[in-house]
Amino acid sequence: MTAAGDVVVRLTGITKSFLGVPVLRGVDLELRAGEVHALMGENGAGKSTLLKVLAGVHRPDSGRVEVDGEPVVFATPRDAQAAGIAIIHQEFTLLEHRTVAENVYLGREPVRRGQVDRRKMEADTKGLLDWLGEEGIDPAETVTRLSVAQKQVVEIVKALSTDARVLAMDEPTAALADHEVELLYDLVDRLRARDIAILYVSHRMREVFDLSKRITVLKDGAFVTTALTAELTSDQLVRHMVGRSLDALYPDRATPGELGDVRLALRGAGNARVRGITFELRAGEIVGVAGLQGSGRSAIARAIWGVEPFTTGTLEVDGVTRRITDPRAAVRLGIGYVTEDRKGEGLALRQSIRDNALLVRRAALTGGPGRRKSDLGELLKSVAVVARGEHQEVRYLSGGNQQKVVLAKWLAVGPRVLVVDEPTRGIDVGAKQAVHRLLRELARSGVAILMISSELPELIGMSDRILVVHEGAIAGELPAGAGEEAVMGLATGHGRGEVA
Amino acid sequence: MSVVHEKIELTTGATRRRARRISLTPTVTVYLALVALLVAGSVLVGLNGGVLLDQGGILNILTRSTVLGLVAVGQTIVIITGSLDLSVAYLVGLCSLVAAQTMAGSDGMIVPGVLLALGVAAVVGLVNGLVVTVLKVNAFIATLGVALILRGYLEQNYTGPAGSVPRAFQHLGFDRVGPIPIGVLLMLLVAAAAWFYLKRTRPGYHTYAVGGDVDVARLSGVRTGRTIVTAHVLCAVAAGLAGVFLASRLGSGAPYVGTDAGYDLESIAAVVLGGTALAGGRGGVVGTIGGVLILATLDTIFDDLAVDPFFKDVVRGIVLIVAVALYARRKLTRRSA
Repeated sequence: MTAAGDVVVRLTGITKSFLGVPVLRGVDLELRAGEVHALMGENGAGKSTLLKVLAGVHRPDSGRVEVDGEPVVFATPRDAQAAGIAIIHQEFTLLEHRTVAENVYLGREPVRRGQVDRRKMEADTKGLLDWLGEEGIDPAETVTRLSVAQKQVVEIVKALSTDARVLAMDEPTAALADHEVELLYDLVDRLRARDIAILYVSHRMREVFDLSKRITVLKDGAFVTTALTAELTSDQLVRHMVGRSLDALYPDRATPGELGDVRLALRGAGNARVRGITFELRAGEIVGVAGLQGSGRSAIARAIWGVEPFTTGTLEVDGVTRRITDPRAAVRLGIGYVTEDRKGEGLALRQSIRDNALLVRRAALTGGPGRRKSDLGELLKSVAVVARGEHQEVRYLSGGNQQKVVLAKWLAVGPRVLVVDEPTRGIDVGAKQAVHRLLRELARSGVAILMISSELPELIGMSDRILVVHEGAIAGELPAGAGEEAVMGLATGHGRGEVA
Repeated sequence: MSVVHEKIELTTGATRRRARRISLTPTVTVYLALVALLVAGSVLVGLNGGVLLDQGGILNILTRSTVLGLVAVGQTIVIITGSLDLSVAYLVGLCSLVAAQTMAGSDGMIVPGVLLALGVAAVVGLVNGLVVTVLKVNAFIATLGVALILRGYLEQNYTGPAGSVPRAFQHLGFDRVGPIPIGVLLMLLVAAAAWFYLKRTRPGYHTYAVGGDVDVARLSGVRTGRTIVTAHVLCAVAAGLAGVFLASRLGSGAPYVGTDAGYDLESIAAVVLGGTALAGGRGGVVGTIGGVLILATLDTIFDDLAVDPFFKDVVRGIVLIVAVALYARRKLTRRSA
């Protein structure tokens, strides 16, 4: 048995390339029993690949993997599992229509006299759940009926059931509501107390500082540093990750002279999810919307765009009161919506760049202000899509390029108002900056932009002013360059906003 | 105080009631529908001056269910893995021929005939499974292709019935144990075996896992390819058994006995009617048998009422669509809850 603090897994000089492109260039990592080790880095820094090397999904091109000091080679995920390493993937890997116990023991069902020993399976699952202090979950319950947080517990129990001593969690809070994050914290504490080594991959600074003992930072596939969390400030951490200071990341804000007429105005608008929403959006400005997950920030966007329309209050577009009851109506009024679910709602993944870029124009504006075919090339150039050609299917593009195609789709119809929800989620730093620049250029050209983001630095860096949503209502408005604390204060219902 | 107590009573009562309502699974629904259909059918046939559920009627329903039941039980297993098998209809015909021609009227060849027919079926199933898993051809196309190959072979070599089974072998098709035909017992035995496989064995668990989410299954260490191939082999063997049974009943092999009855689509219809999700991962043999019984009961009722066969198909089509629409609705409401 390993004691707390012992090194359980040591990776040294790991390199890995895909099709000649280096993704990992000599990464070192040490995981110790009973310790939370955070792995940080921008998207594309190589975190996922490192995780997959650890999980036996990818074999490193060079470098050493040691478990308990012995060099090992993981040829398959089974090998890694046998060595006590378990990965909790970002997407849940549970079968919705099977029970908790069936999921936990999937692929390793205990058999007695030729039959699956359901009773043992459920009892063992119960044992693990109890060990974690999660008595509330019934092993015989179907997974569909569990909450997201409970599903995550099942996911962790599934990992632990392999006698895992190392647990790697990839963005474990991504799918959780805020109150569920607290539960995860507790769970991580309990795992740590049981001498499990935890690798915690997350973008969220706060979690990393709250939970981890050490932090390893990757940048562009290279190892930057491993440091004790206590000896690191968040500024230093950001510098390690980005390699430059944060301010330079964002384009200049709008000057007062650039602001135009009110394009979109909401007065006391509400529906089942939000209430009393009042604000104006002017041509040329980017207004940020902050709020915790589930606060209603996306509900506002979806209501403006007619997915779940407002039922009370008024909505004005260019000074005329309108009722928008479906997305088509919104498009026809010149409102574009870049959804947070790029792959599910933003793009037809199996269609070409061209078809996607022209999707809205063809669908909603028959006979409308049509641009000529030759415009498309220019359009794609203006958003700087990197692709083999306009007939390439968008599913083969990187996240950043996909997002540029989504933006092109809206630019093709020349929107007057653009609502963007998590515009840079899951795309790398370079593409992020490109999207930021593009949004600012759009604003300069007279588009009114409402931007929702859960990444506070981005929201603060981009917005000309920030609306903070809390429990379905606007809790306050903050001017450009407000501090993270002020935003979080309003978002959590504690602070008071300066009313602009 | 008493008010508070009452409130607690009420809520626990409500929870209990909700728990009971959720247990109205597709399987339960199918059998409720079957009972309703039997009642309605009895009334209709009764008004027409006949009797639906006398011994002859019940036997009629069960006999009609035998062959489709065998095929549909196999089909259930493949559909649960998220695949499907369109080649079963030709396979039924082929296996009836293989059995009858091998036996060629000789008592001593009964066992070899049956084994050879089932062996041929297993090979066809193996091919189906390998085309789906190794060549990664969509199951619809893969098994359609195999179906066409089988059809070509049958059309090239047969113009009508061929081979003959010995009298002793015809006992399988016509004898009864007490009131119940052996064929029905055979079908129920196969269904029970399939149920045991799916619900009690590891490969069975993995069948559900692969159909639920193939990537999840793979990441959890399930040998997904092997699971799918096994399902195809089992499905084919069940179809082969149907062919052997038909050879016994007909006295010879008949190339188009499977396709004339439309066992390919009919078996899929029975599976879906029984509450198994076409996308895989959910459902089971018990529901399928319910589906088969519903289809057989409808047929029997229509025959008793002497309904136009075209109208028969219209009703069957409507029943199928309504059933699946109901299951889809249930899924929606549960998700929004």
